[in-house]
Amino acid sequence: MSGIPHDHYTPNSKLENWLHSRLPIIGLLYSTLMIPTPKNLNWMWIWGVVLMFCLVLQMITGIVLVMHYSPHTDMAFASIEHIMRNVNGGHMLRYLHMNGASLFFLAVYLHIFRGLYYGSYKAPREVTWIIGMLIYVMMMGTAFMGYVLPWGQMSFWGATVITGLFGAVPFIGDTLQTWILGGPAVDNATLNRFFSLHYLLPFIIFGLVIVHVWAFHTTGNNNPAGIEVRRTSKEDAKKDTLPFWPYFVIKDLFALAAILLVFWAIVGFMPTYLGHADNYIEANPLVTPAHIVPEWYFLPFYAILRAFDSDVWVVIAVNWLTGGIIDAKFFGVLAMFGAIVVMALAPWLDTSSIRSGRYRPMFKWWFWLFIINFVVLTWVGSRPAEGIYPYIALLGSAYWFIFFLVILPILGVIEKPNQLPKTIQEDFDSHHISSSSMGDISPTTPPTPAE
Amino acid sequence: MSKKILLGLTFCFAVAVNTVHAADIKGYVEDYDFSFEGPFGTYDQNQLQRGLQVYTELCSSCHGLQYVPIRTLTDLDGVGLPEDQVRAYAEAFEIFDSELDDYRVLTPKDHFPSSSLENAPDLSLIAKARVGFHGPYGLGLNQLFKGTGGVEYIASLLTHYTGDEKEEAGAILYGNETFPYGYLSMPPPLWEDAVEYADGTTATEEQMAQDVAAFLMWAAEPKMMVRKQAGFTGVILLTILTVLLYLTNKRLWAPIKHKKTT
Repeated sequence: MSGIPHDHYTPNSKLENWLHSRLPIIGLLYSTLMIPTPKNLNWMWIWGVVLMFCLVLQMITGIVLVMHYSPHTDMAFASIEHIMRNVNGGHMLRYLHMNGASLFFLAVYLHIFRGLYYGSYKAPREVTWIIGMLIYVMMMGTAFMGYVLPWGQMSFWGATVITGLFGAVPFIGDTLQTWILGGPAVDNATLNRFFSLHYLLPFIIFGLVIVHVWAFHTTGNNNPAGIEVRRTSKEDAKKDTLPFWPYFVIKDLFALAAILLVFWAIVGFMPTYLGHADNYIEANPLVTPAHIVPEWYFLPFYAILRAFDSDVWVVIAVNWLTGGIIDAKFFGVLAMFGAIVVMALAPWLDTSSIRSGRYRPMFKWWFWLFIINFVVLTWVGSRPAEGIYPYIALLGSAYWFIFFLVILPILGVIEKPNQLPKTIQEDFDSHHISSSSMGDISPTTPPTPAE
Repeated sequence: MSKKILLGLTFCFAVAVNTVHAADIKGYVEDYDFSFEGPFGTYDQNQLQRGLQVYTELCSSCHGLQYVPIRTLTDLDGVGLPEDQVRAYAEAFEIFDSELDDYRVLTPKDHFPSSSLENAPDLSLIAKARVGFHGPYGLGLNQLFKGTGGVEYIASLLTHYTGDEKEEAGAILYGNETFPYGYLSMPPPLWEDAVEYADGTTATEEQMAQDVAAFLMWAAEPKMMVRKQAGFTGVILLTILTVLLYLTNKRLWAPIKHKKTT
């Protein structure tokens, strides 16, 4: 698949020849598994495998949970308790599924930030990036609808608040909201359609994941140096790469095992830490919880949604310019979705020809500020919208947009990048050869010369 | 780069350390010790049985446990009552059965009855539905170190009545230091020697409050012991797997990184 020159599969036996001339599936698997991978990939390149594991984990635990769950407003909450108390291993299945969502989002954020720092979104990998953003948006939809299913207080009120956002769309808002809910308010119809879609979307995500992998297998992986593998000859390419199996499979599996160790400890010893206590109270349309907060992984965008209230001059200006069509509420909705759209447009907003942030002295600082800002937005999203918090949220939201719309375009013009390594091999050797004799049992052994 | 992460974290912790309590309306919650806290903690069967007694004799006249099947009282890592006692226990309750169109006594297959008083919340999940420890400043550190504190909240609420009373809309409300809004409609439910414990434990208010809180934790999380065991099994197996994969990976990459394999 990859454009990097490498050995292809050749059928050896009669049976393989027979199959290969009819369905070249072994060749496809061979190319996928043996794909030449830049050998300088660091530990931030493990999240893709973690994400794939999460998707499979969520699908398997989810499919079993569905066997015991009842999507009806009268029974949903009780059926969850049935799973927790009566179904063999049901409590573990459910806690794995609940906390699996958190691991999924933790991994996806680190995966996205890896892409941002090392410029993985830049040509020729824009399609991989765009598909990734689509997967991320679908993940958010899936997670949101899944959170409604236990039919607790936060499920119900979270659904009410989020579907209410569609009501903010000018002219068609109310009709749209009623259409989405299947009625005037969040009720049985809503629960049923969310259940249906929560089951459907992961399969679409699965399909998109295959396309995502296909896309970067066509262009080849990006890498921490942000330079391309030499394609001049098979020999040159071999100096820059290693086959995915076994080198990266084992590395990724090691990382996955270490992450699962922590994940399993959380599931076993503190499974409710990341959730909200109010969701152990059955949904009650007559009682509104004191604070309606989404799960932690939505908090940055929740902060952006709430940041733009009617006191902000930008909101007032837009409101006046559009003759009141875009009010504060709709502005907030646009800002929230816009935050993801500008991120998806990063390949075209970033004007720098250098991919890796490692060689971009100014970008580095703005990037880390972006990460800190993300953490601050997460935190401020969990706070009530009063006192100093709305100002922090506004500053953070503004920086999010400034980073993509102003800083990324300008940096490419004014920044003077550092010296890039000439080849991936050079980058790899500079990290490993000098420290090779450290801790070695026989330091007198002469190091093997570089190939 | 990692310096910057550290700087960010230091900032977060500085914010955390500088504060005592968040500005939200929160009552006072005492950090009682319970036998089931921490990864190694287990339910104290005697305490759960005492808690069941407090629940049965005092709480159950208003509150229900509608999600808890009575048969689970026999669970050995929970309350652990013998089967005949559980059968006798169930028969003490009577409910209206719409299928029979008549009243009948409960059997162990039934759930506990639901609340008989409209404004008395069901207690099945109360230990998970309440939060005792907050923040600071929404950072979640207190919950990380002390637990979410639902069970401490229950024990505190039961023992921190102020003695104040006030009338509001024809109902009497009772002052409480733990209740977030200061006054609640439940009168102080415990008093010295309100129950007579079979195991001879002195039934002080604090004792009964902690016992019933522990019992309600079990009611909300009956599989906690099994879960922690699964946690340990998984952590041990994954540790072994991680070490093996680390060694495999190291050896695999050694020739690539020009290191000598041993």
